[in-house]
Amino acid sequence: MDEINWHSFFFLLFGLLACGFALGVVLSSNIVRMAFYLVLSLGATSGLFFLAGADFVGAMQLMIYVGGTLVLLIFGVMLTAKGPFISMTTSAGEWVLGAIVGGSLLAVLFSAATSVDAWQTAPGGVEKIETQVTATRLGMGLLGARVDKLEEKNPEQLAGMAGYLLPFEIVSVHLLVVLIGAAYLARPKKRAARGAATDLL
Amino acid sequence: MEALNAPVGVSHYLIVGAIMFVCGVVCMATKRNALGVLMGIELVLNGANVNFVAFGSEYLRPGTLGIGLDGQLIALFVIVLAAAEAAVALAITLNFYNNHATVDVDQADELKG
Repeated sequence: MDEINWHSFFFLLFGLLACGFALGVVLSSNIVRMAFYLVLSLGATSGLFFLAGADFVGAMQLMIYVGGTLVLLIFGVMLTAKGPFISMTTSAGEWVLGAIVGGSLLAVLFSAATSVDAWQTAPGGVEKIETQVTATRLGMGLLGARVDKLEEKNPEQLAGMAGYLLPFEIVSVHLLVVLIGAAYLARPKKRAARGAATDLL
Repeated sequence: MEALNAPVGVSHYLIVGAIMFVCGVVCMATKRNALGVLMGIELVLNGANVNFVAFGSEYLRPGTLGIGLDGQLIALFVIVLAAAEAAVALAITLNFYNNHATVDVDQADELKG
């Protein structure tokens, strides 16, 4: 037996964890268990990101997604988890319909993923590539300077490799607007009622 | 043991992404709890993110062919937008729960004509 390819081993491990817990989210009907499975699935996905060489994105996945978004979701679960809402069952007909739609979608995506020969194999061994920390290059890209492909000779392709300063600004303002909107939407109801009462007076 | 020796390519990542995506779609379609639908959306976004990172990875594609750093940058944007989306959707869900004392999406048809 050859040496174990540890890259493949950890890919299999994290891939199986991610897919298995994603299936767990779908099949479980208990909302608290679903939230826990989702945490594990997204954590395993960050492991896949690390394996693909995207160290900064993997870290952000753990910090923003698992540490921020999912904690928010779990707060939502805890605030609404009352008797009948903890486990709501779906009717069998909807399960059949969902299985048909999901199965056909999976068949399409699966055939598309396996149909291109160039995607099947890795380029000449993983160990030849030296690891590079991506945080600096990502930060430069967000500020509008792409430093990752400076040696690109083709001017047409160089033009397509612009920075992401404008999307970065837009997403920043969007995040601010969204957070203000969320705080406004989720404000306590009593204050609104009192405000309406004073309006009437 | 052959699976442990074969090198990982882009298509392996695409398969994992496809499974997560389909799980998310089925979750969105079948769950009656509004928070369950939200979890389905998170799964869909993560499946897409796996694909972006796989296509941008230097480990899986030769440097001249991959989309380079674009994949990781777009994945970062997706993560931030998912956080924003979760915040707003959770606020709406809590508001709905305060007003109607339920999180069942089947009963959220008050705006229907």
